[in-house]
Amino acid sequence: MIGIIHDYWRAYLYTDGYTMTGVAMTLWLLTAALVIGFCIALPLAIARNSRNPIVWVPVWIFVFVFTGTPLYAQLLIIYTGVYSLSIVQHTHFLNEFFRQGIDCTILAFGLNTGAYTTAIFAGAIRDTAFGEVEAARSLGMSNVTLYRRVIIPAALRRALPAYSNEVILMLHSTTLAFTATVPDILKIANDANAATYESFSAFGLAAILYLCISFTLIFLFRRAERHFLAFLRP
Amino acid sequence: MKKILAAGALAAVLLGLGGTLPAQAKAFTEIKFGVDATYPPFESLSPSGQFQGFDIDLGRAICAYLKVKCVFVSQTFDSIIPALQARKFDAILSSMSKTPARAKAIDFSSQMYDEPTSLIAKKGSGITGSVDSLKGKTVGVEAGTIQETYANTYWKPKGVHVVSYPGQDQVYSDLLAGRLDASLQDSVEADYGFLQTPKGKDYAEVATIKSDRHDDPKDVLGSYVAIGVRKNEPELLAKIDKAIAGIRADGTYKKIEAKYFNFDVYNDQANH
Repeated sequence: MIGIIHDYWRAYLYTDGYTMTGVAMTLWLLTAALVIGFCIALPLAIARNSRNPIVWVPVWIFVFVFTGTPLYAQLLIIYTGVYSLSIVQHTHFLNEFFRQGIDCTILAFGLNTGAYTTAIFAGAIRDTAFGEVEAARSLGMSNVTLYRRVIIPAALRRALPAYSNEVILMLHSTTLAFTATVPDILKIANDANAATYESFSAFGLAAILYLCISFTLIFLFRRAERHFLAFLRP
Repeated sequence: MKKILAAGALAAVLLGLGGTLPAQAKAFTEIKFGVDATYPPFESLSPSGQFQGFDIDLGRAICAYLKVKCVFVSQTFDSIIPALQARKFDAILSSMSKTPARAKAIDFSSQMYDEPTSLIAKKGSGITGSVDSLKGKTVGVEAGTIQETYANTYWKPKGVHVVSYPGQDQVYSDLLAGRLDASLQDSVEADYGFLQTPKGKDYAEVATIKSDRHDDPKDVLGSYVAIGVRKNEPELLAKIDKAIAGIRADGTYKKIEAKYFNFDVYNDQANH
């Protein structure tokens, strides 16, 4: 255990001397995926609640496909499948983008968490009390103002507990990153394991690091819930 | 922990003494081999999911010689030694080279065969085995292999991008896709598993690397390929050694070798 910490602590935390690895890489993957996921989920969740089938059906299909297939398969398709298409290889921008394992990983993770977040947000928007909408309308709010001032803020608050689960699940999903050669915490644990064969220590350290990140995230979400959902407390 | 070990050792001694007990006889009705089946022609899975390859045939011959049942268990290479320690199987049969670092964790049988490491790249890419030709290029290796350690030890500090993959098949698929400029692996595996297949026709072996410092504890490439067993099981090791000598002597080895290779893969004089 001491030997692994002595030899690998930097790789576990932030770098192997050449590239970003370990906790830093895992957090970067998580943050990038969540930002992408949030940015696509918000408009898609609104579109999902549209009455026009041309608007909501594509969103429904997107959510259905990305929540109905394993993230591992999505990552493999984006990493190996997409890059083998000749149109990708011959378009300069696409080639540069998909060449890097980390780009593919962030894209796959972002789309995946985006789909789950869309489902969460869409449900929260659907749960908006009819009276709130009616009250807003009676004040002469336009659709945009209605969404901006009433529906979205309330829906995001209601979605917070479910969203925090999704964030923790996404953290756990980042362990798939090595499939696309991205050196996250688990890859370093594998390295330490392969070099020393002290499996319990190597993976135990990784588990402790994931636990620390989980606890921090849970703590932050607790604080956020107390702040934003204060009106629900007895 | 010590107590458990002591108790285990005591139990092993007792079992060993009671040689005629049925329990002892039962313990050797089968050998479970751990295999990373992404490494043709040594070990791979057939389209119908059967284990196949040179190692697999050798394993079956060893079992037949010892008159025991053969069981093969799939395991990725980078966790194959921990899985052996965790008793998921009895021995590692996966084209594993004996290196000083590995020999600290497990015991190795006598030589099964021997082959150098090779670097392959696209024909006309200008890549040779020299570090200068590789500077700034991307080289793929399978995680947990001696080639990964070699590339990380000798090439990475000099500006070569070394990328590790979970399996050798993914190294080739990225070499084909163009993400990698070269890949480093066993020479025979590269030849039979990739270069001789239709997909490998535009690629060639540009260098072979062989360690000549077997006394050096930092000898990452190691000596020969052998079967690995847990440290505290000399009986199993002795049986496997006896079987390897046996199939070498009775011509079974030559027969299996001829099925896969047109050269002497055992490579008698390469080491020592």
